Amino acid sequence: MNIFTWLNDQLLKMKWLWDLVELLVEKVFGLSMGTRIGGSIHFFIYDAIKIFILLSLVIFIISFIQSYFPPEKTKKIIGRFKGLKGNIFGALLGTVTPFCSCSSIPIFIGFISAGLPLGATFSFLISSPMIDLASLMLLMSFFGTRIAIVYVALGLIVAVIGGIFISKLKMEKYVESYVWDVENVDIEIEKMNHKDRVEFAKEQVKDIVGRVWPYILVGVGIGAGIHNWVPQSIIERILGEGNPFSVLIATFIGIPIYADIFGTIPIAEALMAKGVGIGTVISFMMGVTTLSIPSLVMLSKVVKPRLLVTFVAIVTLGIIILGYGLNGFSFLLI
Amino acid sequence: MEIMILGTGCSKCEKLEKNLEVALKELNIDANIEKVDNLAVIASYGVMSTPGLVIDGEVKSIGKVPNVKELKKMLGK
Repeated sequence: MNIFTWLNDQLLKMKWLWDLVELLVEKVFGLSMGTRIGGSIHFFIYDAIKIFILLSLVIFIISFIQSYFPPEKTKKIIGRFKGLKGNIFGALLGTVTPFCSCSSIPIFIGFISAGLPLGATFSFLISSPMIDLASLMLLMSFFGTRIAIVYVALGLIVAVIGGIFISKLKMEKYVESYVWDVENVDIEIEKMNHKDRVEFAKEQVKDIVGRVWPYILVGVGIGAGIHNWVPQSIIERILGEGNPFSVLIATFIGIPIYADIFGTIPIAEALMAKGVGIGTVISFMMGVTTLSIPSLVMLSKVVKPRLLVTFVAIVTLGIIILGYGLNGFSFLLI
Repeated sequence: MEIMILGTGCSKCEKLEKNLEVALKELNIDANIEKVDNLAVIASYGVMSTPGLVIDGEVKSIGKVPNVKELKKMLGK
């Protein structure tokens, strides 16, 4: 075994933790790993601890990077690019700008009032919740580098193309009129030094872990249930490659659910283990993270129903096409 | 002194208000604290990361909850 495999197994996949929890389940609880109870308890404890460790580490590193890209600055950067470039930069900056669905509206108004094209703004709004550096690192840990890179690359493509469609459809008149009346203000962004950034990153870890832990536990619980209690044949019939509707079903189950990527990863992991195609799993994850009822309610405050429906339709279609495409080419990935 | 907290009622806004009250008390300053949740107004200050803190019409802090010490510095001018 070479050193890189070892590092990957121990640091990213946390093999040591797996072994430790196995000891706990077998020696302390006296349960065999082969039994359903033993297996699901192992899945739950191991996955929950692993996600919390990774989450805290990853959020810290990512927040440090994000402190260089507050939305007030992102706005100015995107504003420099026109047309397709605007969409691409919107999608790319969406991955590094700190984003919480509670600030999506001020960001939307801020971008539009700064004269940013509607398309570039939507590219940003699609990529922001769907992909960020944190999800890239978590996906690497759970599913390997190749799948993580594919997820990010495809997410960016959906964001860019979605934004282009919205700009081609000329939907500016479907933005609530008061948004256009807001005057553009550039505020002085306070300079942060190294210590401020570390402090900011620490606060982010506390804030995000404090906010998402229930979703993670629910996600891990569902994952453990799927992993050990739901028969493979049922999952295969509904979501397996044999069912032509698998991606559609996964997408439509995912959309109304509100959770972030951290909660969906254990579910995705369990589904993959049951033989569900990678495209179907990614469609589910993208559906959960990008569209949700709370975020649409927020967005409806700034755009009229027609644009809202168009946005949902474009993103849904993008996710579905992607899912089927990936299932078709999955032999290249695994 | 006119103070505004810009935000849509997130938990951070409440924390900011609490810190602010402590800071004002310690400095013995009488001030009006107004909570603004109107999105158009928030955006009109150029604030995109909430909570934002506006003191006498000037944006002092965005996207974070300053602690009492930092707030006292902002209030002291």
